[in-house]
Amino acid sequence: MSKIHFAAKLKRQLLFDRIFHKVTWFFTFVVFALLAALIGSLIIGSIPTIKAFGFDFLFSADWNPVTEKFGALVPIVGTLITSMIALSIGIPVSFGIALFLTELSPPWLRRPLGTAIELLAGIPSIIYGMWGLFVFAPLFAQYIQPWLQNSLGQVPGIGFLFEGSFMGIGMLTAGIILAIMVIPFIAAVMRDVFEIVPSMLKESAYAFGATTWEVIWHVVLPYTKIGVVGAIMLGLGRALGETMAVTFVIGNAHQLHTSLFMPGNSIASALANEFTEADGELYTSALIELGLILFFITFVVLAFSKILLVQLKKREGTAT
Amino acid sequence: MIPVYTRRRIVNAINLTFSILAMAFGLFWLFWILFTLFEKGLGGISIATFTQMTPAPGSTGGLLNAIAGSLVMVILATLIGTPVGIMAGTYLAEYGQRGWLAPVTRFINDILLSAPSIVIGLFVYTVYVAKMGHFSGWAGALALSLIVIPVVVRTTEDMLRLIPDSLREAAAALGAPQWKIVTLVTWRASKVGIMTGVLLAIARISGETAPLLFTSLNNQFWNADMNQPMANLPVVIFQFAMSPYENWQELAWTGALLITLGVLGLNIAARFFLRKQVLPN
Repeated sequence: MSKIHFAAKLKRQLLFDRIFHKVTWFFTFVVFALLAALIGSLIIGSIPTIKAFGFDFLFSADWNPVTEKFGALVPIVGTLITSMIALSIGIPVSFGIALFLTELSPPWLRRPLGTAIELLAGIPSIIYGMWGLFVFAPLFAQYIQPWLQNSLGQVPGIGFLFEGSFMGIGMLTAGIILAIMVIPFIAAVMRDVFEIVPSMLKESAYAFGATTWEVIWHVVLPYTKIGVVGAIMLGLGRALGETMAVTFVIGNAHQLHTSLFMPGNSIASALANEFTEADGELYTSALIELGLILFFITFVVLAFSKILLVQLKKREGTAT
Repeated sequence: MIPVYTRRRIVNAINLTFSILAMAFGLFWLFWILFTLFEKGLGGISIATFTQMTPAPGSTGGLLNAIAGSLVMVILATLIGTPVGIMAGTYLAEYGQRGWLAPVTRFINDILLSAPSIVIGLFVYTVYVAKMGHFSGWAGALALSLIVIPVVVRTTEDMLRLIPDSLREAAAALGAPQWKIVTLVTWRASKVGIMTGVLLAIARISGETAPLLFTSLNNQFWNADMNQPMANLPVVIFQFAMSPYENWQELAWTGALLITLGVLGLNIAARFFLRKQVLPN
């Protein structure tokens, strides 16, 4: 009697096992299908512009909804330039912060200061945008821009970057705000990879009489360089896709300028500004293709950083 | 000629000073932004903020419909995204050693995790809003849930992997079937960690603006119908901040302060929980 009972119970449990497995499989498949659908819908949505303009879309600076001539050059260039500005400010500062948190800070300050920097990443991007437009931009136009023009603007070769009137908003402002936004991401990953350096390596260098800086520069950095590049890529991915903060301060003009003081446009801000107002199949499709391009760029950057971080992990496993 | 040793010490001092300055630079922005929010937003907080609708230009009002809309959409997105994320994360951690689906999904999930949120809005717009013909609260919740899912999948998998196999083996040795091992042992052991992931996801979507622009849009009035455009704090802040009306801008700052305090509070809470999970006992 009880034997049959147990057999039935076992059978039921095995059935439950199979059901549970299938249910989790199903949800995993849903996640998989969602992204496939995301990429698919972007590609399908951009077919009209791909048909109409082909590869010229990438290299044309036209953007005229009335005559239905579209080109992605201005937003692509704007996205890349603002991200480059963000990285050129963000990398040294993040490096300094990571260095401070791992090597210089007294232990009791490490956690609160680290948390404070991470909170910088928690502030919603729209807040950065508002603050940038209403607080930062006026001060920037009044004090920093004239100073930049009088100093860097006089240097032959790069002077043209700082021409024009002081509006406060524009590519440079967008780049600076982005820099503040990517610093916590880059700094956090850099700190984490600096922490995996075996202390024996560092101590050996100190024993040879190296200064703290020499230990950082000649021991820590070479040991973690792949991870550091991965951290930078992560920050770059963030900067490329950032929407609201940039939309507030970039000026939203479909124009190419050599001066960084002038307004421009980025892919994300073009989408945020124009998508709901776009009428006509070609206009909508052009914006969707912009989204596809942005997705592709961030995908490449992310894949690259993933590969680097995986390599670092492998080395961490084999290094003694 | 400066002796080499002195020069090395000088270089060291200069660079370490720079490091301290970099730290100060980072903190400086955090405090400046928080200071601005309190300075401009605190004055606007009153009972009316929480009891009245968003006003027309020039008249007084509050943010009630926006706060309510944000809450509804965030809660719905969490309710949709959390179970999907936990189940998928469980599959990846517990059954993910074999088959094609697990590695592909893991990779795809990482892409989704850092996909620009505006692209997600674009996606929901093309497959849902454009088909329905109007913006709606459902579309907004759906877009937000697409941001929740990858975060929860990732933390669930990571947290389940932290559970030592000996725990699973102990349960199996007692005759527990696998579904019971997962639900009664590993889920329970990693409960706090998974909760942290959900909290971080909520913190992230609470401030998201970009995906809502094309999905739920905005609504100046009270609306309980999820099939209609729905007011929400981020988009209200965006529209009011960009407007030329002074009372709208003031409300935008108040909303900005509320949303930042909420998001930072969630972040700190998540960190608090996480410390408990990673360092048990």
